[in-house]
Amino acid sequence: MSSRRVVNALMSTLTAACALLGVAVLVLILGYIAWRGVSSLSLQFLIDTPKPVGEGGGIGNAILGTLLLLALASVIGLPLGVAAGVYLAEFGRGWFAGVVRFVSETLTGVPSIVTGVFVYTLVVLPMRQFSALAGGVALGLIMIPVVTRTTEEMLRLVPASLREGALALGAPQWRVTTGVVLPAAAPGIATGAMLAVARVSGETAPLLFTAFGSRFFNVYLDQPVASLTVQIFNYALSPYDEWHAQAWAATLVLMTLILVINVSVRLLTRRKF
Amino acid sequence: MTTTAPVPVLAPSGRDEPPPRPEEAPAKISVRGLDFYYGRAQALHAIALDVPERVVMAFIGPSGCGKSTFLRTLNRMNDTIPGARAEGDVLIDGEDIYAPGVDVVELRRKVGMVFQKSNPFPKSIFDNVAYGLRINRLTKSKSELHGRVEQALRDAALWSEVKDRLKSSALGLSGGQQQRLCIARALAVRPEVVLMDEPASALDPIATQKIEELIVELKRQYTIVIVTHNMQQAARVSDRTAFFWLGKLVEVNETEKMFTNPDEKLTEDYITGRFG
Repeated sequence: MSSRRVVNALMSTLTAACALLGVAVLVLILGYIAWRGVSSLSLQFLIDTPKPVGEGGGIGNAILGTLLLLALASVIGLPLGVAAGVYLAEFGRGWFAGVVRFVSETLTGVPSIVTGVFVYTLVVLPMRQFSALAGGVALGLIMIPVVTRTTEEMLRLVPASLREGALALGAPQWRVTTGVVLPAAAPGIATGAMLAVARVSGETAPLLFTAFGSRFFNVYLDQPVASLTVQIFNYALSPYDEWHAQAWAATLVLMTLILVINVSVRLLTRRKF
Repeated sequence: MTTTAPVPVLAPSGRDEPPPRPEEAPAKISVRGLDFYYGRAQALHAIALDVPERVVMAFIGPSGCGKSTFLRTLNRMNDTIPGARAEGDVLIDGEDIYAPGVDVVELRRKVGMVFQKSNPFPKSIFDNVAYGLRINRLTKSKSELHGRVEQALRDAALWSEVKDRLKSSALGLSGGQQQRLCIARALAVRPEVVLMDEPASALDPIATQKIEELIVELKRQYTIVIVTHNMQQAARVSDRTAFFWLGKLVEVNETEKMFTNPDEKLTEDYITGRFG
């Protein structure tokens, strides 16, 4: 065999091995979580509130809290993120757009605990208490740059010929954007939005001193609220085996939630006009 | 040079009055001293040209000669390109379309455009044709809207092929049908001038022939300016032909004269295939 063929075979094997390693780690994590989590899982566990050690209890309030926080974060993060992405892709020219894009990209890299501290001073201190609202704001802020970026990218994929076609019919710029470009990019933007939701659903740090956590069911925005991630954090740090088991089960529930979001994104965006 | 499409019958239909002779007709479009720049690069040099009403004017020339750029100055589509600017006079019906205060939206309604690559919106066939009517609020009732859409599709010779599936996606149509849909979309707002930028370059010979027949048909109502790379096509569909070379307008003449006995040596060299 020539040396070119040898190198080729070697590199192919190497890349395949790396890919396999990556997938293997993921499968191991998922498998281990499922193995450790499934033993404590029951219907009661899914709808109960936490109880003292030895009395069982569940994560019903944490599931509800996470859903509440995600809804709040979406209400704050999605419109702002999509609007900013539309600005960058369709209208932004010159230095201001450059600044917006740079700031947005920098925000993507800001550690989420920094966002948590920021929201603590911005919302928690004036309100004088931890609240679902503060948690939602923190998650929403994290979503904005992610959604901005995917929206801009998706809009840039819409061929210029579509915009020209609409402009040539006498459409003003804003109608081109709302009537032609956004609908054409809608599936992609929806994907980006759902992935952003999936991403913040796993955040713990920004919730520690915003939403804080709670041992009760809560739907009031000005009250502290439980979340799966903070619950897992608290239980995992506890000295009790029973709570450790419950933390594993809650982790399994969280992974399932993220999986459901991801799969539904796939199903949603399979529709092609 | 090879013929890519069967030559359609060009005999006057006789259903209407014959179009006025180009020389006698008033100039629908009148261009004087037009320079055009992309940033610092000059793409057009001192273009002067008249397009009479209800004729088909073809622009020919090698790639990059400025014919598409010139076409796009006629409805100010170049406005969307950063750094592009036009200097000189472009008059349509005697009005300078680059004068301050000109409503570009109004201009583009009057000067429709069909692009090289068909660009139907990802909407239904009906909604594509209705788009221009809706955004410009040109119809007062639903039945009027339907009437205008049907008329536009008939004018574009597409109605019989799509009348049973107006609600289905425009992207499901064939390439030739999509291009005729784009023509219908442009016609629906009843423009006075239709600009066509190589409308058949991506189509097979049969679809090309349909588009060409359509152009000949449309000239009874519209002034048409068509950019084409295909000289047989220019010869088949146009009344007058303009030859561009390196951003300059070399010659404008009646098509028949242009292709048999052009005034300029450069035109003759291009048409006979000596370059380009």
